[in-house]
Amino acid sequence: MRKIAIYGKGGIGKSTTTQNTVAGLVEAGKNVKVVGCDPKADSTRLLLGGLAQKTVLDTLREEGEDVELEDIVKVGYGGVRCVESGGPEPGVGCAGRGIITSINMLEQLGAWDEKFQLDYTFYDVLGDVVCGGFAMPIREGKAEEIYIVVSGEMMAMYAANNICKGIKKYAQAGGVRLGGLICNSRKVDNESAMIEELAKRLGTQMIHFVPRDNMVQRAEINRKTVIDYEPNHPQADEYRALAKAIDENELFVIPEPLEIEELEKLLIDFGIAS
Amino acid sequence: MLLRHTTSEVKERKALTVNPAKTCQPVGAMYAALGVHGCLPHSHGSQGCCSYHRSTLTRHYKEPVMAATSSFTEGSSVFGGQANLLQAIDNIFGIYDPDIIAVHSTCLSETIGDDLGQIVKKAQDDGKIPEGKFVVQASTPSYVGSHVTGYANMLEAFVKYFSFKTDEKLRQVNMLSGWVEPSDMRELKRIAGLMKLKTVLLPDTSDVLDTPMDGTYKMYPKGGTTREEIVSMGDSMKTVAMGEWATKSAAVALDNKCKVPFELTDVPIGLKATDRFIQALSTAGKVSIPECIAEERGKLVDVITDMHQYLYGKRVALWGDPDTLLPMIEFLVDMDMKPVYVVSGTPGKKFSARAMEILEAKVPEAKVRNGASADMFLMHQWIKEEPVDLLIGNTYGKYIARDEGIPFVRSGFPIIDRIGHSYFPTVGYLGGIRILERMLSAIMDKIDATSPEESFELTM
Repeated sequence: MRKIAIYGKGGIGKSTTTQNTVAGLVEAGKNVKVVGCDPKADSTRLLLGGLAQKTVLDTLREEGEDVELEDIVKVGYGGVRCVESGGPEPGVGCAGRGIITSINMLEQLGAWDEKFQLDYTFYDVLGDVVCGGFAMPIREGKAEEIYIVVSGEMMAMYAANNICKGIKKYAQAGGVRLGGLICNSRKVDNESAMIEELAKRLGTQMIHFVPRDNMVQRAEINRKTVIDYEPNHPQADEYRALAKAIDENELFVIPEPLEIEELEKLLIDFGIAS
Repeated sequence: MLLRHTTSEVKERKALTVNPAKTCQPVGAMYAALGVHGCLPHSHGSQGCCSYHRSTLTRHYKEPVMAATSSFTEGSSVFGGQANLLQAIDNIFGIYDPDIIAVHSTCLSETIGDDLGQIVKKAQDDGKIPEGKFVVQASTPSYVGSHVTGYANMLEAFVKYFSFKTDEKLRQVNMLSGWVEPSDMRELKRIAGLMKLKTVLLPDTSDVLDTPMDGTYKMYPKGGTTREEIVSMGDSMKTVAMGEWATKSAAVALDNKCKVPFELTDVPIGLKATDRFIQALSTAGKVSIPECIAEERGKLVDVITDMHQYLYGKRVALWGDPDTLLPMIEFLVDMDMKPVYVVSGTPGKKFSARAMEILEAKVPEAKVRNGASADMFLMHQWIKEEPVDLLIGNTYGKYIARDEGIPFVRSGFPIIDRIGHSYFPTVGYLGGIRILERMLSAIMDKIDATSPEESFELTM
């Protein structure tokens, strides 16, 4: 089983990209599990056709520690096993601890048991690696490959670079590696070339360039992935291509994060300023 | 040799602390809260914290120490402890019926960012706090400061919450006590009484943690500063705050809130510190110093003079809390003893500076260290480098005392292997005599045990 974590700046489209890609893998006959690590619990909405999911932490709160796996795992589009970690309401408690609790609980309950014959697990993690809790999915024995969703916007690239610092720290001590950058286009000038250059400097690759298309929004409003909603649309093929690229990926590296000056220079050389 | 791995060569350590000379903030918050009448301390965190703090206090005071806990589970750590604290307040007032709940935080609740002020406000708004009952809260993360900080934070919370200024001026003086024994608090009140001075002592753990066995258990013993007294502190003439680390923040809060000026003095241990305390009380309350106090002072001076030959030049190592260590080393210096090593786990640059001020003229060779890098391991290494004649500090020094064969006087917190501290004060002039008596006994016992037969003395 390959265990993959998806990181990236808040609002960049991690959940959307993850679910659409997962749909592509499922279509290709893979057995996939998605673990949403966001207190908002909206990482599996498109796969489940809505937010009906009861989160691990809600269940823990209501039922105590006698949680059954069936209570928290819901099967969605194409047999994808979906879990939402959940977390506290905004402004209270500790969402980071929530992720730790939730992943530990899933392991205890045998969510990765052989009998499920999983090919892939995807951890969809909130925003930046702000504290130890949000790095839980990349601790030793958890996710082994990471993809960062990024766009040509400056702050998204800053965030990607920052996440690489977190990955580097864990990679040096364990087995986690960066698999590549996924460019979720914001129609920034020179976007593809710039992200390819960023990827090169980080020591990795741009694994796919996902163009911007309103079809993604349309599918989302209908609580579906593009592949599910409009399988013949060109955007569906983009996600199929991304799924294929991930499936065939063999380039796993310890990233070399850039100095801030270097990153800014990259933006000037390639970006909007050029 | 229990500490046979302690080497004599001191190496500067960057991170490791071995046998720290301090404990957790909440221990202090709990102790301060027990000095308020009808008050139940409440630990907002996991159960283990509360158990540890209670047992630490019980081991020292040999009394049951009651405290409640928010009993954090994994879920509360994620979702925040509000629901638990609200439920706890409901349960505590319903079942244990204290007048006041004094809530303090823990490392866990602080780290996840629980806002005690907001939760207590919500309890109030939701009607969970009955009429005439109160919930006070203090923030006490243990990764900041020490048990002394927690004590200070809780005291500050009490005066901030309760003390109130009315138009009526009261002829009374506030005494904010540093961390001392119930016996000491009783002695402070006795001294004020001798001066015919009306005072409010906060906190006051006498008759709380030194209660008699009379066959019935009282969850809230008769002692402790009453809420009415704390309220009235806002109308007092002046505050005498004993100990910068434990009481200054409360004194400042009272000054800011109720415009009661304060004089910061030391815990009255030894001759000079007691002189300053008596003078501060006399000035604050505008009363003269009675003859009986002068007599007590004279007795102490007499003992010092009589026994000077045994104490002169004796090298002493001390550890404990800043507020009690400072007057203690001053006392020792006044008797021509040499407090050569002083260690406190409580941080604050002022401590080392003040200690050196006291020591520099007569004991320039003294080594003083406080804060995270000051621990019992360092103290032991110093002693191995150049030995001392006497140890003064809490129970944790007994390993050094045994290994090095040094007379040992227990003092400070915690003392968990001897009794006496709850009943026999060490503050004031008479307390000074008690300190002398115990130092002399320890030193003389060693002389008796080790002197050659031809110089074994009957009279000493």
